[in-house]
Amino acid sequence: MNKEELKLKLAELFPLAGFIETGEWVTLELSSADGKSIFRRLRHTPGLDFDYLFCLTCVDWKTHFTMVYHLSSTLHRQSLVIKIKLDRDQPEIETVSDIWLTAEFHEREVYDLFGVRFLGHPDLRRLFLTEDWVGWPLRKDYEDPVNMIKL
Amino acid sequence: MTEPTVKSETVFPGEVHPTAGGGILVSKIDDVINWARSNSLWPLVFGTSCCAIEMMSTASAKYDWSRFGFEVARATPRQADVIIIAGTIVNKMGPVLKRLYDQMPDPKYVIAMGACATSGGPFFYNTYSVVKGADHIIPVDVYIAGCPPRPEALLHALITLQEKIRSGAGREKIKIENKYE
Amino acid sequence: MFEEVGTTEQGDLVINVGPQHPSTHGVLHLIITLSGETIKNVEPHLGYIHRSIEKMCESLSYRQFIYVTSRMDYLSSHINNHGCALCVEKGLQIEIPPRAKVIRVLMDELTRLASHQLWWAAMGMDIGALTPFFHAFREREAINDIMEETCGARLTMNYMVPGGVMTDLHPNFQKRVKDFILLFNSKIDEYDELLTNNVIFQNRMKDVGFLSRADAISYGCTGPTARGSGLHCDIRKLYPYEVYDQVKFDEITESAGDCFARYLVRLKEMRQSLSIVEQLIDNIPDGDFLAKTKAVLKLPKGEFYSRIETARGEFGVYIVSEGGTTPYRIKFRSPGFSNLSALNHMAKGHKIGDLVAIMGTLDLVIPDIDR
Repeated sequence: MNKEELKLKLAELFPLAGFIETGEWVTLELSSADGKSIFRRLRHTPGLDFDYLFCLTCVDWKTHFTMVYHLSSTLHRQSLVIKIKLDRDQPEIETVSDIWLTAEFHEREVYDLFGVRFLGHPDLRRLFLTEDWVGWPLRKDYEDPVNMIKL
Repeated sequence: MTEPTVKSETVFPGEVHPTAGGGILVSKIDDVINWARSNSLWPLVFGTSCCAIEMMSTASAKYDWSRFGFEVARATPRQADVIIIAGTIVNKMGPVLKRLYDQMPDPKYVIAMGACATSGGPFFYNTYSVVKGADHIIPVDVYIAGCPPRPEALLHALITLQEKIRSGAGREKIKIENKYE
Repeated sequence: MFEEVGTTEQGDLVINVGPQHPSTHGVLHLIITLSGETIKNVEPHLGYIHRSIEKMCESLSYRQFIYVTSRMDYLSSHINNHGCALCVEKGLQIEIPPRAKVIRVLMDELTRLASHQLWWAAMGMDIGALTPFFHAFREREAINDIMEETCGARLTMNYMVPGGVMTDLHPNFQKRVKDFILLFNSKIDEYDELLTNNVIFQNRMKDVGFLSRADAISYGCTGPTARGSGLHCDIRKLYPYEVYDQVKFDEITESAGDCFARYLVRLKEMRQSLSIVEQLIDNIPDGDFLAKTKAVLKLPKGEFYSRIETARGEFGVYIVSEGGTTPYRIKFRSPGFSNLSALNHMAKGHKIGDLVAIMGTLDLVIPDIDR
């Protein structure tokens, strides 16, 4: 189904979700509390079948974080973007690694670089940096006078 | 650019004195040992990123480095003479590199291949995890510029290292000279 | 910060493989828990080549950040650059001239061939066959020479720019590519003779490292890794870009899901790439090779995602822009990152020698994973 039909179907299934109009794919905006249940329904509802999570990332907007999930369906060939706002002082969200196994590594990377805690993750540790690194490098207020040489 | 001073056939350093019944070879032992060492340096298989592909190309049939003596690339540092640092060194890899260097037996030599190993290269500014130059961790003998350097550049560096060893200007000599200051 | 090597209570042995190891294709550190010689658990430790590329790109302009993606998956460097250029062009909404499109596809397919050649060489070396290394590199040098004449570099060429390509093709390009096509058609048959039909090789690769189709989707695997399990995921067919909807080529899938299936997928993909090059080399349209763009590029506020098929799988570039000259946030969705997460699942219950074969067929390039 194309973008408009998908939008109508999602609007009737999830009446509380907001839509963001810009972007080439349908973009849903959810709150972090009902994120997990909506993800589960997106994965298992016949007709939607979003079984392929191809990008999981986080953007630091200086006042809050936004988690961005890019989903796609291999059966119906449609794509969807989900955004969830997180509080900057205590960024926490439920993990999706039991729905899509690829999220295990992606969430470890987001934890490593941004400091977002994923509740229920089987093994939340730093992935790229050493275990004793202090700080979350990809945040906008990260200062590292020892290592970073600014141009 | 100066031409490499090594001649195409390597000359054995010594003089032959004719005596009745045969010749006697007289030469300094150091020169002989340096000549032998320079012609059979065994590199360690150590490539972190893109320069490793150019190193593999140098080992393959078109730019063959085994005609200069680098025939056997050992996987273990205990049997290697020269470590060619091909690729970027990051903070997490630094202790590993130091450990490999310590495991190599003397005399050992280091070649820093590419811009990343020389000084951090394209990853110099605004990176929090790159070591800006492998010589922050281990002492380097020869630096190669390029990103990645051509296989001919790597061969030139290997020949330069051979000349450096043959002329006796290795690090052991510098260590001994400074001992008596 | 090193893991201690020791035995656990049940008699299991925990060993290190890497980061410096001839068969880890880079610096991959694996902690393997063994019982006897059978693998119980494989845990990859990453970060030994984490060069903080995403943070660095936040201070580079839209023309500058493309050079750095060459160095991420250095074996498909043209294709990475192409993906970034597509994303910037999507944001700027510019049309590129048809000559540039055909040149880009030609370079992409030659790069895919070169990457698969190197994969084949490394695969042979891992299994223990050293001869394929020299054969494959000899042909790869032919492609490197073609690239060097036009783009100026052998490995990391920054040839694709937003708007088209940087310079025009060299006058010798067509002749050299035609000579290469004649040469390589017979060489692929030679590759088959050397490795594919070899009984020892088949015994080491068949029924090893099974990945089912459902697991491939769940782990996010793309590229030949997933196509070996029967999943149709070729971006060139699903979401065609440039001139891929105008050339005839097959999407190769195998249904067996083991190492040998992934190996066959890549070999057949080499033939398909060669046929795409053959179709396009005589039909390069005349005209501009670069569309007119402003000197300083500024993407409008918003976010843009472009996907492209590299030799390893789907490469995604996600740019969040605030209207300035540098991106606010860039995320590179690399194919190796998701392919690696399936390694533990595939290697359980096999022996160490099989682990090496599985890693060879995954075709990992570690700087692509670590970024």
